[in-house]
Amino acid sequence: MDTFLGFDAVTLARIQFGFTVAFHFIFPAFSIGLASFLAVLNAMWLRTRQETYLRLFNYWIKIFAVTFAMGVVSGIVMSYQFGTNWSVFSDRAGPVIGPLMAYEVLTAFFLEAGFLGIMLFGRDKVGDGLHMAATALVAVGTAISATWIISVNSWMHTPQGHLIGENGQFLPADWMAIVFTPSFPYRLAHALTGAYLTTALIVGGVGAWHLLRGEHDNRGVRRMFSMAMWMAAIVAPLQIVIGDAHGLNTLEHQPVKVMAMEGHFESYPDGAPLILFGIPDQDAGEMRHAIEIPKLSSLILKHDLNAPLDGLDTVPDEDEPPVAIVFWSFRVMVALGFAMLGLGLWSLWARARGRLFYSPWLHRAAVLMGPSGLIAVTAGWITTEVGRQPWTVYGLMRTEDSASPLDALAVGTSLIAFIVVYFAVFGAGVIYLLRLMAKAPQRGEDGPKQDEGPTHAAGRHAMQEDAT
Amino acid sequence: MSLAVNLDLTLVWAVLLAMSVYIYVVLDGFDLGIGILYPFFPEKRSRDLMMNSVAPVWDGNETWLVLGGGGLMAAFPMAYAILMPALYPPVIAMLLALIFRGVAFEFRWRAETLRGRTLWDRAFFGGSFVAALSQGIMLGALVQGIEVEGRAYAGGWWDWLTPFTLLCGAAVVTGYAFLGACWLVLKLEGEDQRPFRHLARGIGLATVGFVIAISIATPFLEAEYYLRWFTWPSMLIAAPVPVGVAAIVVLLARSLQHRGRDWLPFVLGLALFGMCFVGLGLSMWPHIVPPDVTLYDAAAPEKSQAFMLAGAVVLLPMILGYTAYAYWVFRGKLDPEKGYH
Ligand code: HDD
Ligand code: HEM
Ligand code: HEM
Repeated sequence: MDTFLGFDAVTLARIQFGFTVAFHFIFPAFSIGLASFLAVLNAMWLRTRQETYLRLFNYWIKIFAVTFAMGVVSGIVMSYQFGTNWSVFSDRAGPVIGPLMAYEVLTAFFLEAGFLGIMLFGRDKVGDGLHMAATALVAVGTAISATWIISVNSWMHTPQGHLIGENGQFLPADWMAIVFTPSFPYRLAHALTGAYLTTALIVGGVGAWHLLRGEHDNRGVRRMFSMAMWMAAIVAPLQIVIGDAHGLNTLEHQPVKVMAMEGHFESYPDGAPLILFGIPDQDAGEMRHAIEIPKLSSLILKHDLNAPLDGLDTVPDEDEPPVAIVFWSFRVMVALGFAMLGLGLWSLWARARGRLFYSPWLHRAAVLMGPSGLIAVTAGWITTEVGRQPWTVYGLMRTEDSASPLDALAVGTSLIAFIVVYFAVFGAGVIYLLRLMAKAPQRGEDGPKQDEGPTHAAGRHAMQEDAT
Repeated sequence: MSLAVNLDLTLVWAVLLAMSVYIYVVLDGFDLGIGILYPFFPEKRSRDLMMNSVAPVWDGNETWLVLGGGGLMAAFPMAYAILMPALYPPVIAMLLALIFRGVAFEFRWRAETLRGRTLWDRAFFGGSFVAALSQGIMLGALVQGIEVEGRAYAGGWWDWLTPFTLLCGAAVVTGYAFLGACWLVLKLEGEDQRPFRHLARGIGLATVGFVIAISIATPFLEAEYYLRWFTWPSMLIAAPVPVGVAAIVVLLARSLQHRGRDWLPFVLGLALFGMCFVGLGLSMWPHIVPPDVTLYDAAAPEKSQAFMLAGAVVLLPMILGYTAYAYWVFRGKLDPEKGYH
């Protein structure tokens, strides 16, 4: 088999898909939540006419614009990845998942793109009412987009409602069954609340940063920190509950994935332990240096201390996912979930004591936790997707049979191009985002419109150019 | 027989997809064209104006590309599965180029130094140029024919690179630049507008030259194309296309000579692209991947096409409606004193 730097074409295609989609999802994870936050801020501004809300709206919308642009361009790559690297999969699964993705474009992407311009630049042109409507439609669009694409993804995990044709294609039989697969509600709820948490933690982190830098009297800073901490305190426990339900659902439909998440190499006929940490050794089929709590896993998964649980010893080797990745990424997500819960509770306690804006340690923790949502979300997707291996359509179509007929050299070259471009371009984007966040929102904060028109910008840039 | 059976869904989807691709080509065409024109206008003020003229609409324009790709996978999965590997290098180049050009819209205003801004200006130009060039090459590669075995691409790595595809690449770059110049004639006035009107004439002439060159080359690529254009009676169907092109060219030349009616060159530009599209359709019909795969070979099952069509008939008019509204909100001449950023 031909290889590129020691990898075959299928492995390279997997790395490429995982890399590009993980990068893509970072942006929607933030912008789904931020779009709703902006809609709330704008609605509050229209209702109360308190300047603080407008200030925050104008502050965050600049950050939103940059994030959204990166989400869009990385998303366009995704919609072509199916064809470039997974053409056999596209040909066979296209009749089932293609229409769902087409609906995503028709119901969500156009909506977002159509009203984004008005949301960003149109307040003066269309008036407050229509501007509010545009802002709300963008927020709704992001959620609709998530719904369709997660429906697609869920069908690949728990396929149903199709037949298999003579030419090997999956043929739709029952659209309701295809759209609403058993894992869909859990996955959607968990991913959307994950996006809200991600946003809350970033907003909270930015607020805390400015509080630490002495902006206690800036009402914008106080308001955003307070709102973000409410959100974290409410949504973090919810996320854990939904995550637990999601796990139980996975146990029912993809038990092998749960074995990998739990690190259960052996079967436990009378109560499985919860392995907190350990070094999975897949070749030997055992967990080294395990630290475990007896019977807890059976309690969590089966609500019974002594319930038997099967392990990977019951699964043929060629049907096992890579255990170590799944085991660790799952632990990262869950640990961060509990850390978020801790932060939320801490903020409630500080709030009750009237010290929400005057607790440097709380603020330091919030700054540290700022990016934790993005890490948790990525870890969650890695758990889900790597845990599904070796299948693209669970139990029906293998990953190795899904790839395009391409040379390893082709896939490897494009992979390197993606890596270089993504780090350079999105790296620059992240620097711009951090720069925007490093300034505190000010009274009379400009929106994107007046901000840097040619004439204004001319003077401003000239000054800065002299300085550098 | 019921109505559902009489309705040829495959044909309907072929028309809808062709329409999305056309809308994409002209809409993203003019905003990519603006990027392609960047090197001609080094001053910051003109560049700000040029970018601001498309900032509120570019994302919507590009969404038609997503519909084209997604729709192809949904309605003709086999064609999507053949074309993407066959056109792998230009597709990847286009995607990467669109990244540079897309982020430049935001990053350019965020760069705080001259160096930073120059960098994103170059990204905007380079991204627009490479995206246009790749699209032209893909078009050329499709027209010249793609080798297929079973349900998969069977040709080589470099099949997409021939003199003909390069000709098409250059043609698309020029054509987009022309649309971009016409758009700026529409959006600007007075002194700001003058250089674009001037430029539109030159680039317009070049565009027409390319259209003629491609029209002459195409019939010799495949026997079937030749028969279609140069034998009786199919010539009869094909003949209005060159006649239409000629008429549009005459009107264009006049509209660019005289001041006033600033919208006319742009509209005629759209019509010119429309004629080329019809000509292309006449050559390729009924193939989706010439020379072997027809629309019907590649079609998704009726159930997939019907499910999508049910939504599309409701949603597409809505989309066209609010897209038109978004253009309407930002209508009229651009005020150089007010940026969109
Ligand atoms: C802020 C983000 C975040 C946080 C704090 C958590 N998760 Fe999560 N998790 C996700 C974000 C996420 C995600 C990115 O949204 C995933 C990937 C796919 C999906 O549907 O949701 C996911 C997947 C995912 C799966 C994989 C299901 C499958 O594919 O079969 C399980 C079992 C859990 N989660 C369970 C949990 C538990 C028990 C948590 C408690 C602490 C938790 N998650 C916290
Ligand atoms: C946005 C969040 C997502 C992330 C972070 C993610 C992550 C990943 C990762 C890490 C892989 C590589 C797995 C491996 O090689 O072991 C992968 C594969 C894949 N995922 Fe996802 N995924 C996401 C969403 C989706 C969605 C929504 C779909 C379907 C529409 C999807 C379809 C696929 C396919 C087709 C593959 C390639 C085949 C495979 O290796 O399984 N993914 N993804
Ligand atoms: C492999 C799977 C995926 C594909 C093919 C894909 C495709 C795309 C495309 C083409 C765009 C650009 C739309 C435009 O032009 O405006 C986009 C943006 C977006 N996608 Fe994805 N996407 C995938 C995974 C996801 C997932 C898992 C989510 C959410 C849970 C998501 C949510 C969004 C959102 C909200 C946007 C709007 C831009 C933004 O908010 O940053 N996508 N996606």
